[in-house]
This record gives sequence, structure tokens and C-alpha cells, in this order.
Amino acid sequence: MLKYSLRRLASAIPTLFLLITVAFFLIRIAPGGPFDGERALPAEIEANLAAKYHLDEPLVFQYARYLWQIARLDFGPSFHYRDWSVNELILQGAPVSFTLGILALAIALIAGVLIGAWAALRQNRPGDYAVMSFAMIGISIPNFVMAPLLILLFAITLGWLPAGGWDYSPTRMILPVVTLALPMIAYIARITRGSMIEVLHSSYIRTVRAKGMPEKEVILRHALKPALLPVISYLGPAAAAIMTGSVVVERIFTIPGIGTYFVQGALNRDYTLVMGVVILYGMLIILFNFLVDLLYAWLDPRIRYDDGEAEA
Amino acid sequence: MNESTRDAFDQALDTREIRGRSLYIDAWHRLLKNKAAVAGLVVLVVMVLLVIVGPMLSQWDHEIPDWDHSSTPPSLETGHLFGTDAIGRDLFVRTMIGGQISLLVGLLATLVSLIIGVSYGAVAGYLGGRVDNVMMRIVDAVYAMPFMFLVILLMVVFGRNIFLIFLAIGAINWLDMARIVRGQTLSLKNKDFVEAARACGATEAQIIRRHIVPNLLGVVIVYVTLTIPQVILVESFLSFLGLGVQEPLTSWGALVNEGTQELETAPWSLMFPAGFLAVTLFAFNFLGDGLRDALDPKDRL
Repeated sequence: MLKYSLRRLASAIPTLFLLITVAFFLIRIAPGGPFDGERALPAEIEANLAAKYHLDEPLVFQYARYLWQIARLDFGPSFHYRDWSVNELILQGAPVSFTLGILALAIALIAGVLIGAWAALRQNRPGDYAVMSFAMIGISIPNFVMAPLLILLFAITLGWLPAGGWDYSPTRMILPVVTLALPMIAYIARITRGSMIEVLHSSYIRTVRAKGMPEKEVILRHALKPALLPVISYLGPAAAAIMTGSVVVERIFTIPGIGTYFVQGALNRDYTLVMGVVILYGMLIILFNFLVDLLYAWLDPRIRYDDGEAEA
Repeated sequence: MNESTRDAFDQALDTREIRGRSLYIDAWHRLLKNKAAVAGLVVLVVMVLLVIVGPMLSQWDHEIPDWDHSSTPPSLETGHLFGTDAIGRDLFVRTMIGGQISLLVGLLATLVSLIIGVSYGAVAGYLGGRVDNVMMRIVDAVYAMPFMFLVILLMVVFGRNIFLIFLAIGAINWLDMARIVRGQTLSLKNKDFVEAARACGATEAQIIRRHIVPNLLGVVIVYVTLTIPQVILVESFLSFLGLGVQEPLTSWGALVNEGTQELETAPWSLMFPAGFLAVTLFAFNFLGDGLRDALDPKDRL
């Protein structure tokens, strides 16, 4: 297990390195500097600014400096909000974004697995078809369409819930969390249904049934755990989808999270802020994928043995 | 062997070989039996015709406002079938033009990812060994990157140029295609019928043309139908955030963004583009699922 973990970790580091390198050079070859404004600045001031942000050094030095900064998790000053560092901006948005993301993921997992398993037990019956059609709709409707529709229905027409803003109160959280969770519920339900059907057709389930075990026991004790393995491997992409989705959701519901800063940064061409968020989210996704791989290998011994044999 | 038996023999052969059914005719018949897929196909054909012909038939232009009617709801009297936006531009024409852009981006970016993905995957799969190993390690490394954020970074760096959108989305979306094509090529080149063709004296080029490419085509077609909606989604997402297509051009994502801002006063400006976008994505997904079922020989057992 330890060997497996180390090997997974070794493959995660090049990805992270690649990400930082690509981001750094993309920004540096970008046309237009961060200080291009309405008015041209006097040459001395420009030189001073360049010196302050080390833009006058050779690219290699800047790169090395940046790597060292990232290693200390310091994303430097924001180019747009002059008095703020990128870290301060991210830290301000982080609690909001993480609350949103974790709630959505938790709801998606619970609802998705329940719905998927329910549909699998009614394979090819009306209930199954109905649920899976809804899942298809959930996947096909993008969250930036779903969110305004939900606002239109629940906030404007019915007036039950607030249309936006953020204060950690459940009523304000319902719509954004639901928007974020819906497509994920649909995906997880589809995955669970598919793998559950496969598991239910396997011979050991037939054996257990033949031995007279009650159906409830068959499903809860024998079928559910292996059926959940594909769901676990979906958690990595799911985390990435939540991060991307939260950019849209935060914007529509005017929630002051990382995503809002990110979009503002992108529109203001705030290079350091955009790069900081890209790298932070990249790190989180890579870390999450790594943890999911470990969890998967822990739950399914076949993975780590297969991998070990392939290496030997 | 006398004449009559030979005749009978020929006749028997004749009737046996009325018409060979190729893999694709077979798949086509199977597709036609799938109602959801056929519906998806029909919707898409209608959609394409509509977005192309629609603006020509309308008396309005997508850029020029109708000063007498701003933010008016859909009505036959004013001639604005889908209503107008805040500055009086006809939403029917704008939705159609937006559809042209969204579909075009979807097709072109998919083409970019198709070209990169198929050549990369085919080379890796065909060469195999160490080259394959290195090439796939690169794909793995790129795969774990936060894709959407990188596209946004590209948009921020290079400005919001529509051709760049094709390239950026296509250049990042080729990974799945490469993986699928590589896997397929790898398994195909060791198949017995390839061996048999080689034994019969077929050249390498003939094997690739007659045996590898036609067998790759199935997965590629399925994957293309599933990639197009993904790409449309990415483009809409970028345009929604204000990072994609810029005025005077528009796309469904940009229109949804405008609609969201006027949600309370003019809900129709959200409903129409959102509806068209959702229906298109829906149709592509159904068609893709249907094609996968039709072209995947595994399910026929």
C-alpha cells in the first residue's frame, strides 16, 4: 500500500509542475502588461513598478522566483487590487467556496447513490425510465441555465427563497447548493445504476440469493459496496466539476467566493490572481485525485496488486 | 462436375449473396430502431436548418435595434417572435445567429480535437512500446490539469478571439480521443484478421486503409457526437462569463448571460436561448448514446 501511494504521488508531481510552468509562461508571453491603463505612465514610474514586481529580471530568474514562491504557497500581490495579496483574496473567498462545494458534493453523493440504486432495482420498469430521463435532463442542462431558471421559479415567481447573496443561512444556501449538486446527482445516479445492474447480474449475487439470503441483506451487504467503486473513481472529476461550477454559481447568485474573484480577475486581466486561483485549484484537483486513488486501492485490493505485478 | 450441378451451385451462391450488409448499414438499421436517437437526429437537422435559414427569413437584423420596441415580450403584432432585448434587438434573429456560432464552434473545435487526438492516439497505438508509454504518460499528466481554468487563462492571456476559442477548446479536448483511438488501434493491430490480411500479402497501407481505419471509424463517430455538445457547453460557459464570443457576434452562452441579467423584467430573453441550447445538448446526447449502442458490437450478443 505504501509503495502504491508513493508511486501515485510520484506521478502527481510532474502534473503539478507542468501546470505551474504552463501557467507561468502563458502569462509572461501575454501581450499587454499588467500596468497598461488608460493613461501612459511616465517611464520612471514604469521602471519602478517593473523593478518592484521583478519584471525587469531575465525570464529564468522570474520563473525560479515564482517556483520558490509557489513552494511556500505565496501567490504574490494582486495586480489589480493593489493593496491586496492574492493569498488574502483567496483566503477571503475560500470559506464560502468550500462550504458551497462540500455541501453540494455531500448532497450529490447521498442523493445520487440512493436514486441510482433505486433505479437499478427497477431496471427497465417505468420508475427506472422516469428517473433516468430526469438524469439525462440534469446532465444536459448546464448550470448557468439551471440557476436562472431556479431563481425565476423559486425566487421571483414563488418568492420562497432569496435570489442571491450569502450569509451562511440555509435559505440563501439552498438554491446555489442545489444548482451545483443537480448535474452531479444525475451523473452519480447513472454510474451507480450501471454498476449496480452489473453487480446484481454477477454469479456471487446469484449464489447468495440461492442460499436464501433476504433481498435487503443481498443488496446492502453484498451488492452495494462493489457497486460504489465506480462512484468513488468519479469523485476526482466531480471535485473538478464543482470547482468549475462554483465559478458560475457564485457569479449568478452573487456569492463572494473564490470563483467570483477569479472571474473578476479574468475580466480585469489580473494575471497574478488568475494564475493563483488556477494553480490552487489545480493543486486541489491533483491532491483530490491522489486521495481518491488511495481510497480506491484501499477498497479494491485488485487495483494495487494488478499495478504491482505490472511494475515487477 | 457436370453442367447442371454447376448451374445449381452458381444459383445457390447467387441467392446467398444478394447483398452484403456492411457494418455501417447494419449499424444504421439499428440506429433507426432507437426512437430517442432518431428524434435527436431529426431535432439536430431541423436545428441546423433553422439557424441557417431563420435569419434570412426574418425582417430584422441581429445588430440593428428596433427603436420602437425595446424589451418587448414575444408577439406576432410587432413581428418580434421571441421578443426583443433591452436595446430593442430582435431575439429570434439573435438566437439563430447565436446558434450558428455555438454550433460552428462545436464543430470546428471538435474537428481540431479530432485531428490531434486521432493522429496522436493512432501513432501511439501503432508504434507501441516505449514511444507509446512516453506519449501516454504525457496524456496522463495533461489529463489531471484543471482544464476549464486553463482555457480561461488562455482567454485572459490572448484576448477573446473566436478562432482562439476553437483552438483552445480543441487543443485541450483531444485527450479522450487520443486515449480511445490508441486503445482501439492497439487491440486492432494484433487481431487475427489483420494477421490474415498480412498473410494474404496485403501491404501495410492496405491494412491501415481496409482494416484499421474502418474499425476506428465507429468509436470516432460515437466520440465526435459526444464531444460536440461538450464543446458547445464549454463555449457557452466562457461566453456566459463574458470571456468567450464578443459583440457584435453572439452565442447561446452570451445570450443566456444577457437574459440572466434581465431575468425579472424580461424572462423571455433567457428562456429562448436557454431552451435552444438545452434542446441541442439533449439531442446530441441522445444521438451519441444511440450511436454507441448501434456501433458497439459488444451489446449485440
